[in-house]
Amino acid sequence: MPKRIVYSTQIEYIQCLDEQGKLDEKLVPQGDPSRLSDEQAVFLYGKMIEYRHLDEVAFKLQRSGRMYTYPQNKGQEAAALGAGAALRVGVDYLVPCYRENAALFLHGLDPKYILLHWAGDERGNAIPQRDKHGEQGVNCTPIAIPIGTQMLHATGMAWAYKLRKEDKVVATFFGDGATSEGDFHEAMNFATVFNVPCVFICQNNHWAISVPRDQQMNSETVAQKGIAYGAHCVQVDGNDLFGMYKVVLEARERARNGGGVTLIEAITYRLADHTTADDARRYRSEAEVESWRGKDPVIRLRKYLEGQGLWNDAKQKETLDKAEAWTKKIVDEVLNYPAPHRNEMFDHLFADIPEEQRRQRDTWATHSLGQFPAQIQLGK
Amino acid sequence: MIATTDPTTSHLIAPGTREIQFREALREAMSQEMRRDPRIFLMGEEVAQYNGAYKISQGMLDEFGPKRIIDAPISENGFAGLAVGAAMYGLRPIIEFMSWSFSLVAADQILNNVPKMLYMSGGQWGCPVVFRGNNGAGGQLGSTHSWTVEAMYANVPGLKIAIPSCAADAKGLLTTAIRDSDPVFNLESERMLSDKGPVPEGDYAIPFGVAALRRGTWSGERNSDCTLVSFGRPVNFCIEAADELAKDGIVCDVLDMRTVRPLDIGSIIDSVKRTNRIVVVDQCWPFASIATEVITQVCEKGFDYLDHQPLRVNTEDVPTPYAKNLEAEYLPHKGKIMAAVRKSLGR
Ligand SMILES: Cc1ncc(C[n+]2csc(CCOP(=O)(O)OP(=O)(O)O)c2C)c(N)n1
Ligand SMILES: [Mg+2]
Repeated sequence: MPKRIVYSTQIEYIQCLDEQGKLDEKLVPQGDPSRLSDEQAVFLYGKMIEYRHLDEVAFKLQRSGRMYTYPQNKGQEAAALGAGAALRVGVDYLVPCYRENAALFLHGLDPKYILLHWAGDERGNAIPQRDKHGEQGVNCTPIAIPIGTQMLHATGMAWAYKLRKEDKVVATFFGDGATSEGDFHEAMNFATVFNVPCVFICQNNHWAISVPRDQQMNSETVAQKGIAYGAHCVQVDGNDLFGMYKVVLEARERARNGGGVTLIEAITYRLADHTTADDARRYRSEAEVESWRGKDPVIRLRKYLEGQGLWNDAKQKETLDKAEAWTKKIVDEVLNYPAPHRNEMFDHLFADIPEEQRRQRDTWATHSLGQFPAQIQLGK
Repeated sequence: MIATTDPTTSHLIAPGTREIQFREALREAMSQEMRRDPRIFLMGEEVAQYNGAYKISQGMLDEFGPKRIIDAPISENGFAGLAVGAAMYGLRPIIEFMSWSFSLVAADQILNNVPKMLYMSGGQWGCPVVFRGNNGAGGQLGSTHSWTVEAMYANVPGLKIAIPSCAADAKGLLTTAIRDSDPVFNLESERMLSDKGPVPEGDYAIPFGVAALRRGTWSGERNSDCTLVSFGRPVNFCIEAADELAKDGIVCDVLDMRTVRPLDIGSIIDSVKRTNRIVVVDQCWPFASIATEVITQVCEKGFDYLDHQPLRVNTEDVPTPYAKNLEAEYLPHKGKIMAAVRKSLGR
C-alpha cells in the first residue's frame, strides 16, 4: 500500500462529577480504587472551603497594602486538591508553579510560607524538606515564577528517583501559557525518553494574563501536545474533584509501574484576576466569567455532598468558622514576622560561605568602600 | 570612542518643553518611528491587547493594528529568534521583553545569534532588531525577576546597549536604536516609568556614545572635585548625592553615560583630568561589571591624572533580595555614593 495512515490518535475527556453535582457511577463505580470515598470527599470539601477563604483573605491583605502582590487560586481548587489527594503525602513530590496552593497545603505545607512569599519575603521559600526535617518536612519545591523552568526540574528529580530505585512519583504543575516555552517540550521529551516517574499537570485556565488559549497555541487541546512525545494524554474537567483524583491516581500508578509519563490537561478557569496587579475585566467578558462561576468546583462538590446527605448548612457554618480562625492565626503570624536582618541577604548563596562572601557580610564592604588592603587584611 | 559632541550641551532641552512620563516617551519614540517606517513592528508578551504589561504600548494596537503590534505566546527564545529572521528579510522588529530577566530564556538567540549575524554571513545579513524592556530591581520582584543585564551583555561584541536615565533620553535613545542598522538593547527601568520630564515633541534622536553632564562644571572658574560616572536609574542617585555634597562645598561632575556600548570614555577622561578623582556607580554586581571596565580604561588612559584610586559603588554581591529592606540596602544609593566621594576626597 503506497499510502497509509501511520499514526492516529484520540484524546479522552473525563468528567465524573458534572456541574449539577451528579456523579457518573459508571466511570467511578462504588468501591473502585479510583473513586474518592465519601469520607475523603467530605474531608476535601472542608479543605476547599478553608483554602478558598485563605485565598480571599490574602487578596484583601494585598488590597490593604499588607501583601506585595498575590495570584489568586480561586476557581482552580479542585484541580490542585484532586491531584494532591491522589499523590502520597510524604512520598510523592510536588513541583508547582503558583496556582497549586491547595495541593501544597494538603501535603502539609504551612500556608505562612505562601503568604510570606507573596508578602515579599524570601523566608517564604525556605520550605522545610522531609529529608532534613523528617515528619515536619514537606515534599514540595518553592513557587516557581520563571515560567516553565520547574517542569525540567521535576523531570530531573523523577529521573534521580528512578536511578536510585525509590518508589516516588513527581507531579509538576504549570499553566496553559507555560506550554509555549521550550522547557515544556524539552521536559516532555526527556521524561518520555528516559521514562521517568513524572506526571505533568497542566491547569488550563484558558488565559495567560490577557492572552487567550487560542492565541497561545493552534492545537485544539493542550493534552495532544504530549502525543508527539509518546506520553499518555488525557483531558479532564479540572473543576471536578472526582475526575481529577481519578486521572492523577491512574497516572501516578502508571508512573510507579514504569508504564510511562502522563500529560493531564485539567480544564479549569481562574475566577479572579491573573494577580492583584491585573484587572481581567479589560480583556475578558463578564458573560464568560459568569458562565464559569456556574462551574465553580466548590459549589459543585457541595451539591453532590448535600445530595448524598453528607453535608448541610450547619456543617457549612461550622467549617467556615473554623476556616476563619485557622486563617486568622496564619495571617497574624505572617504580619508579625520581624523584618529580616540585612546580613541575611548573604545567607544561602553557597553551601559553604567562601572567605570573600563572609568578609562582605561581616564588613558590608562589597565594593570599593572599605576595600583597602590594610582594612581587609589582605595577604594575611 | 572619543566624543565628538560636547557632554555639557548634548542633553540641553529648550525651556518650556512639555513634560511627559518616561513610559510615554518610549511610546512616542516607537509610534513616531512606526509612522515614518512601515517596516517596523512591535512584538512581545502582553504588548497588544493588554496595552503592555507596564502600559508602555498603550493605544498602539488601536493605532497600528494587530499586524504591527503583536502579542506573542510565552516563548521568549521563539519571538527573539523570529525577530532575527524577520530582520534578515528586511523588517525592523522591536522586541519587548516584559523584563530583561526573561531575555535569559532567549540567550542563545540574543547573544549567540543576534550579534553575530552580520559577522558570520560575511556582511550579508544584518540584524537591525531593537530588544527592549525593564531592567534592574523593579521593587520587590525577587532575584529571578530583577536582573541588571548590562554587565553580562556588554561583554559580547556586536551589541549596542542604551540605558536611559530620564524621560528625554528614553525617547532620544530609543529613536536612535530603532534607526540603527545594528542590534540594540534598550534597558529601561520599571522604577522610572512614571517619572516625568521635559521631552522634545518632534523628531528627537540622541547619538550613541555621547555622555551627558548632569551636574558639575566643565570649563568654569573652578574644577569639580570628583567625577561621578553612572548610567540608567542610578544616575538619579548620583544627582541626589551631588546636590547633597554641594551643600558642603563638594562639587561633582555627574556623567550620565547613556550608552555603555559604545562607551564615551573620552568625556570620562576629560572630567578626570580636572577632578583627579572618580567614583563609578553601577547597578550591576561588582565582579566584572561596567564599573570594572570604566575603571580599567581610566587606569589605562588616564592613570597619571588620578590623585586617588578609582572607586566604585555597585550592588552587594548577592542575588537581588526580595524583602523590601534588604533590596534597599542591596542597591547603590545616595548614602553609599556620598561615602565613596568623601572617601576619595579624604573628607
Ligand atoms: C520566562 C517568563 N516569561 C514571562 C513571564 C511573565 N508571566 C508571568 S505569569 C505569565 C502567564 C502565565 O500563564 P499560564 O502559564 O497560563 O499560567 P496562569 O497564570 O494562567 O495560571 C507570564 C507571561 C514569566 N514569569 N516568566
Ligand atoms: Mg493560564
